[in-house]
Amino acid sequence: MTSCEKAATICNKTQYREASFIEKMKLQFHLLMCKTCPDFSKQNSKLTALCDKANLKALSEQEKLKMKEQLQNKS
Amino acid sequence: MAALKFIQKEKKFQVVSSNSITFDSNEKRMPVHQLNPDNWVDAYADYLFNFAVARVSDAEIAKDLVQETFFAGLKSAKNYKGDAAERTWLIAILKRKVIDHYRKINSNKGKAEVRMSYSSSSDSEGDWLEERVADPFSTLENSVIENEELGLAIQSCISKLPKKQAQVFAMKTIQGVSTEDICNELGINPSNLWVMIHRARTALMGCLNDNWY
Repeated sequence: MTSCEKAATICNKTQYREASFIEKMKLQFHLLMCKTCPDFSKQNSKLTALCDKANLKALSEQEKLKMKEQLQNKS
Repeated sequence: MAALKFIQKEKKFQVVSSNSITFDSNEKRMPVHQLNPDNWVDAYADYLFNFAVARVSDAEIAKDLVQETFFAGLKSAKNYKGDAAERTWLIAILKRKVIDHYRKINSNKGKAEVRMSYSSSSDSEGDWLEERVADPFSTLENSVIENEELGLAIQSCISKLPKKQAQVFAMKTIQGVSTEDICNELGINPSNLWVMIHRARTALMGCLNDNWY
């Protein structure tokens, strides 16, 4: 029996498609047994869907560092 | 008579004192919003970048606009009255920058004419003018606007996270960096990373819960 913490980690991994087949089976099994985790799992997938839908963009760390340097030079 | 004068004096005194009280509260309210440009890039760069990208639809231009916004903010920092929150103030500057950008690219009349040309594929079809009329029943625009709001909501939730978590979450979810690369770059082990991801995701769920679930 997998613990809830382990299940949560696997659930997070599935959001990024990084869970192995065995892990996925473990998660499914846990979701059948557990009362609270299906809720978390559902919300987690919803969050992923929202992030996908929002088409988020972000600046990389290097770009931010460059910005910071330029700001420092100006001030 | 003397008593009346005394009362009037007292009234005046009261008025003055009440004025000074309101002045005091103003003074107290001021420090609520303060500028600290050192934090700008960490706290607002992504938020402003998303705002800009939605409007100019080019990442490079958007990046430049954000950079210009920071410069302009720094330049006019002494004009900041503290009425608005830092982010609102920066967004206001960015809006002007976006408008300036469109003015700049539209200043040349010739350029505007060139952009009026229709693409060759629709030229060949007969009724190309009708095809370009706005569809009154289209819900596409609404969902675009909604998605932009969603993006900004997520971004402001991310900026509320602790710095390290926000960084890991952004790299993993938005930039799609692989787990190994993140671990190498930040010097953490994978289980550490998943704990951070977990905390970030739980916090985001809570933050978005009110509006988007």
